[in-house]
Parts: sequence; C-alpha cells; structure tokens
Amino acid sequence: MLLSVLSGFLLAACLPLVGKLLKGKLSILLSALPVILFVYFLSFIPGIANGESYHFNYNWVPQLGINFDFHLDGLSLLFTLLITGIGSLVFIYTSSYLKGHIYLDRFYGYLAMFMSSMLGLVLSDNIITLFIFWELTSISSFFLIGFNNDNESSRKSSLLALGITGFGGLFLLAGMIMLGFVTGSYSIVELMEQTDLIHNHPYFVLILVMVFMGAFTKSAQFPFHFWLPGAMKAPTPVSTYLHSATMVKAGIYLLARFTPVLGNHEYWNTTLIIVGGITMLYAAIHAVFRLDLKGILAYSTISALGVLVFLIGLGTDEALLAASVFILVHALYKATLFLVTGIIDHETGTRDVSQLSGLNKVMLPVGIAAILAAISNAGIPPSFGFLGKDLIYEATLHYGNWAIVLTAAAVITNICLLFAGFLAGIKPFVGKLPQKYEKLHLPSPLMYVPPMILAGLGIIFGILPMIIDTPLIKPVAAAILNTSPDFHLQLWHGWSVVLLLSTITIGGGLGLYFILKPSEGLLAKATRFEPISPMSIALKFTGIFESTAKGITNVLQNGYLRYYVISILTFLSVLLAYKLFQGFDLYINFGQLTDITIYEVIVLGIMAVSIVFTVFTRSRLVAVAAMGIIGYSICLIFLFYSAPDLAMTQFSIDTLTVILFVLVLYNLPKYLKLSDTGSRVRDGMLALIFGGLISLLTLEVLNEPLEREISAYYAENAYTLAKGKNVVNVILVDFRGADTMVEIIVLSIAAIGVFSLLKLRLKSIEKE
Amino acid sequence: MKTIIFKTASSYLLPLLLLFAIFILLRGHYLPGGGFVGGLIAAIAFVIHSFANGIEKTRGIIKFHPGFLMPIGLSLALLAAITPLFTGGALMTGLWFENPVPVIGMVGSALFFDIGVFLVVIGVVLTIIFTISETI
Repeated sequence: MLLSVLSGFLLAACLPLVGKLLKGKLSILLSALPVILFVYFLSFIPGIANGESYHFNYNWVPQLGINFDFHLDGLSLLFTLLITGIGSLVFIYTSSYLKGHIYLDRFYGYLAMFMSSMLGLVLSDNIITLFIFWELTSISSFFLIGFNNDNESSRKSSLLALGITGFGGLFLLAGMIMLGFVTGSYSIVELMEQTDLIHNHPYFVLILVMVFMGAFTKSAQFPFHFWLPGAMKAPTPVSTYLHSATMVKAGIYLLARFTPVLGNHEYWNTTLIIVGGITMLYAAIHAVFRLDLKGILAYSTISALGVLVFLIGLGTDEALLAASVFILVHALYKATLFLVTGIIDHETGTRDVSQLSGLNKVMLPVGIAAILAAISNAGIPPSFGFLGKDLIYEATLHYGNWAIVLTAAAVITNICLLFAGFLAGIKPFVGKLPQKYEKLHLPSPLMYVPPMILAGLGIIFGILPMIIDTPLIKPVAAAILNTSPDFHLQLWHGWSVVLLLSTITIGGGLGLYFILKPSEGLLAKATRFEPISPMSIALKFTGIFESTAKGITNVLQNGYLRYYVISILTFLSVLLAYKLFQGFDLYINFGQLTDITIYEVIVLGIMAVSIVFTVFTRSRLVAVAAMGIIGYSICLIFLFYSAPDLAMTQFSIDTLTVILFVLVLYNLPKYLKLSDTGSRVRDGMLALIFGGLISLLTLEVLNEPLEREISAYYAENAYTLAKGKNVVNVILVDFRGADTMVEIIVLSIAAIGVFSLLKLRLKSIEKE
Repeated sequence: MKTIIFKTASSYLLPLLLLFAIFILLRGHYLPGGGFVGGLIAAIAFVIHSFANGIEKTRGIIKFHPGFLMPIGLSLALLAAITPLFTGGALMTGLWFENPVPVIGMVGSALFFDIGVFLVVIGVVLTIIFTISETI
C-alpha cells in the first residue's frame, strides 16, 4: 500500500533522468502507472462491499505520533478509484494533447506527483500526514497551473491558487493540531470514538472554523472561489483532473470524512448549508453569463462543489447518500466536458462558445460524448445524473421547516447548471458548421476515447444502478454516516413531487437555453459587478499589503548603514527599557565583588581616554587606532579574569579589524564633516542610552542566581569524555561541535558574499 | 608602507607566525589556543606580508586563491563530524587513536575538526581582506 501511494513520487523522481527517452511516442507508456493502480484498487471492491475496511500501518515519526496509517473504507475507495481511473484517462489523453511538447516529461512528473499526493490524502488515517498530502496537492497544482510559465497570467493564476489554498491549508494544520490536543490522538478512526468530548470542548468552534477554512479554500467555496476560474489557465488535462474531478473535491472529502467526527452539530450544519447554498447559486448564475467554455465549466464546477457542501451540511441520511452519488455523477460528466473542451480548443483554436457550432459534422464521436455528458449533467432520464438529481431533491424536500427555500435554491441552481452544461456540451456540436471549420478532422483516438468512456459510464450507471449500488455507493454512505444504511439506488421512483421538480428543472433549463443566446453583451453586464467581487477585494487587500510592506522596507532598509544601526539600537533600547523598568531592582552586592586592583584602574583609565579620542578626534586613523586600543584593553581585562582563550581571540580579531579599517579608510578623502551637530548629539544620546541600559542589564544579571550545572558538567567531562584539558576548546570542537560547524559555514557564506558583491560591482563598472 | 625594515622583517615573520599558528592550533586541546585563534594568527601573518610586499607577492606565495581553503576546511570538518557515524557512534562522537603521535600528541577526530576550522578561518579572512583591498 505504501508503495502504491508513493509510486507517483518515485516515478516523478525518475523522470528527470530518463524523461528524454519518454518524450516522444513512448510517453503513453507512463499511463501504465495509473492503470495498474486503478486495477489494484478495484481488487478491494469485494471486501469493501462486504463492509470490511483495511488498515496499513507504516512507522514514520512514531515519537510525534506521525505515521503512514492508511485506512481504506468506502469513501476512500470511491476517491482512489476516481483518482486512478480518471488519472489513467487523463494520462492517455495527455500523450496526444501535448504531443511533442518539450516539457512533456516534466508535465507527467507533476501529474504523477499530484496523483500520489491525492491518493495519500484520501487514504491517510493520520491527520498530520493527511495535512502533508493536502499541501502536496496544492504544490503540484501550483506547478501544473503555471505549466506555461512563459505566460504572465498563468504565473499569476498559479500564485493566486497556491496563495488561497496554502492559506487555507495553514488553518487546517491548526485545526488538526487542536483536534490532536483535545483528544490526544491523530487518528481519524480514534477521533470518531470521541465525538462527545470534541463537541463539548471549548475549542470545538475554533476547530470547526479551522477545518472549514481548509475545506472551503480547497473546494473553492464562496468567498474563496475565485482562484478556480483562474486555474483554468492550466492545460486542459490539468483542469479535468485537478480542478474538476479530484483535487477540488479534497475539501468535500475532508468534510465527508469529518462528518462522523464534527458533524451533527447545529454550527456545522448551518454553516455548511449557508456557504454551500450561496456558492451553488452564485456560481451557477455566474456560469450562465460566460463565453469561454472553460469559464463556463469552471463556474459550474464551483456550483457543483457548492451543492456537495450544501448536501453534507443538510446532514440527513438522504442528503449524505445524495452527496455520495453526486460526487461520482459530477466527476463523470464534468471530466468528459473538460476533455471535450480540450479537443475543441486543440482543433479549432478557440473556446468562445458563441463562435462554435455544428462540430458534429466533423467530429461525431466527440460530439456524442459531449451530448451524453450534457444529458447526464441535465439530469434527463435515463442518465446517472437523473438519479443524482432526484436524490438531491429528496434530501431538500424532507428537511423540516426550510424545505421550500432549500428546494427552490436547488432547483434554480440545477436550471442554471443544466443551461451551462448544454452550452458547453451541446451548443458547439449542433446547428450550422461555420465555413472555417469545415476542414477540421477527428483527432487521435487517444483523445476522443477517454471522454467517450466517461460519458458512457454516466449513462450505464443510470440504466443499471445496481452495478455500483452495493459495491461502491453503499460503503461510501456507510463511511460518512458511520452506520450501515439501508437503501437501493433506483432510476424510477414512481410519480412524485421529486419527479415534478425534475421536470420543472429540465423544462426551465431548456427554456433558458432556447431564449438566452451567449453574447458579449451578456458577459459585459456580468463583468460590471467585478469591482465588488471577492476576487477584486482580495486582490485589493494583497495590493495594500504589498505597498505597506514596500513602505516599511523603504524606511527600514534605506541603504544607509548608520540608519540601520540607529533602528536596531533604538528597537533594542525600547525593548530593554520596557523589560528593565517593569520589574527593576538595582542592587549591587558589594560584599560579593573582588577588590579593585591597580592594573584594572590603569586599563580602565586607558579605555576612557581612548573613548574620548575616538569620539572627538578629527582624524580617521586616530579614531581607528583609539578603537583598537579599547579592544586591546578589553583583552587585558579578559586576561585578568583568567580567560586566556577569549583574550587571544579578541586580540587577533581586534588586530584584523584595525587592519580592515585602515585598508578601507586609507583610500578615503581627508576627514570631512559629514554630519551636523544635531545628528551627532542624537547619535551620542542613543549611544549613551544603549550603553547605560546594557550596564544596568549586566548588573541585573549579577543578581540572578548562577546556574553552574552546565559549566560544571563540561569541566568534569572534558577530559574523561573528550580527552581534552582546555575546556573552552573542547566545547568548541566536541561538546558543541555542531554549532561550530554551522558557524564556519556562516563565515564562509559571509566571505563569499563580500567577494561576490565587490567583484560584481567591479564588473559593472568595467562594462560602463 | 613599503619600508625596507618592514619588508625584511615580514619575510622572516611570515614563516615564524605560521609556525606559531600551527603550534597554537595543536596545543588547543590541552592549553589555551585552538583552530579559530590559530587561523586568525595565520591570516594575520599573510596580511602583514601583503602589507610589506604588496598583495601580488603574497598571492604568489600562496599560489591559489585563498577562497579555496573554505571548501577544503569545511569538507575536512564535515568528514571529522560524520566519520563516527560509520563506526556506530552518534554524529560528532570523538574518535581517538590508541597511542600518542610524537610531537603532536593525541590524535583524534576533534583535531581534524579543528584543522578544518583553522583552514576555513584563514580562507575567510584572506578572501575578505584581499577582496576589499583589491577593489578599493
């Protein structure tokens, strides 16, 4: 199991090495991986259908409770099959769609990486590894959206998507850690047993907010939905795979997975119903006004995700069953429509729906797939979509007092979705074929067979729901409900209100389709609301954030060393003063002090004189020499207090500092008066304040009881453990050798920095 | 500062100071000293020489760019740090030869680590000072 989850990463890691060989016709061989995985996961169906679930444990960081604990139940199985099944078709489709692309190997690497992350996400029982895989999907999505990285809007969209989903991911991590804190376990299976504890804990609301933030950003719920239309900049196979069938459903998966843990609570249900409801209506209405095929599909995907959140929010058995079915329904028809859109784009070079028509005459098989998908999307019998739609209406109708409002919302959403589906699936293929497209021909079967398979399944599952009823859908519902449900999927429910609603939906949608013709005018009307959309608000916010950051940087990083020193010292002084005067108790224990010797007095006198010289001299060299004298005097003080190692080092460092100063200053013009009296007084004051505070701090430290434990340990063990008698050196090279290692690395980096900065500047002067 | 006295003195000082630096490096484990101070002293020796004779002369003595001492020193220190891993110890465990070597005394991984520090310090100081004095 571990291998099956990580195989995609392994493949991605190998591709840079052998990718060149696989760029050409052999690239289709890579599709073997998802196909094998698909078959592997299919083999679990009989067991899962019998109500079993599988556990696989692999240790990773057991000390922190983070392990690869994989748990395969109905819900995971449905998702793994979607991931590997649609993955297989997308892999095959890509080999023709991006044929000859120079970075095809890279593309497959990202796809494989994504597939693995997604498998890990839906199989993890450990919520920390779940989070890690969650973030990995965001990262691979970032690479895939920005695949055409020479296109600026591609890059912007991928950053936006990463920003939004990554932002939500951090909330999710916080939520997971809180859950672990409350229950003492990171395992979802164990969390399910502690529902009461979680529900009554004061952190419950916080946990809910965190998990919701994660799920809503990932699954593009209002008001975080705007990254998804942007993500359509990715090549179409990516949109199919990540942004309609699998990745965006990760948020849905999370909510479904946590329904037995966090669900069945007023806050949970209300929030999800409201957010899901707003999303499905908002996005469905938006979809109606789009012209770009992918834009239509993006908004209808957001709307479908809203429907799923809404259903999980309803939380009744019927609603959760409807959600389980709708996940599959939507994946089948939406992936088909995306693949078809890719073909249209590939062959005609446009995705503008108002220009496309009559393509059936040149690419019939593609048209059949698209029309079947549009039928399933519309919920026209006998498609699988009809079944899904019936279940949704049944769920809303039986939801107590609010039934009428909720049902009305669902009907309006479905009418708009039907319209969007027809626009994307039927409009381009019927009517008159424009002259310029007459010479088009059918693309390679590698491209049109995958959508046909998916669309075909959408009809077969509708006619024969018993194929997937017990083996697939029932275990899913069982996993979400945490009990064994009793139902059977049926196409025909008899004459009922639900059937009436379905008829209204279909009639309304068809009416809309014949009345409303997509045009620039409609799009323009919709774009008028752009300035108040969440996207513009978010972008404005990031704009303000950026300009503030720039402003602060310009003030602090102004390029003048003296201002850097001033801001650092001021900050430290304020901090120190605050801390010192909060609980300051100046007390000097004179009895503790040793007697003052004549040497110390002399050295201090020398230092005082040098300081005066440094400050008031009119010659730079004198100032530097006087500073050197102060340094040497400090060395002497170290010597008096028996720290010869420190004294030696300080001595050499001071020598080198003086040499450096002389080197630099030697070439400068004669002493100039660069600063006025005002700033000199300011600097002097700051120096005095800082020095005074440090002195006070030192005195305060003396009052603290001294911890001799560590130094005593070093002194005792220096010879026995490290065979050295000089404790200072033993600490440097043995006890704390890792610190030294890092320090010499830092030193080297500094030297390289000086070297490259100065040498580079030399070169730019040479160029001029 | 190219006076004849300074020049003459510097050509004698260089080997003496370098010897002294190595002496400081080797005695570090038992008496005040060590790789860091030793490296600084060695660097000062070269800097004094370059003051008296010009950087070109000093470069001629060293033969290669002093910056190369940094990777050499870092690798040596790293090697000393990870060798114990292969003999079953933790990172940075001290490994020692059974018997003392004449003149040097006890030889162990800590000494090699210290030599690494020594070389890095020389490389860093000389790179910085040579770069600055050449550029200005």
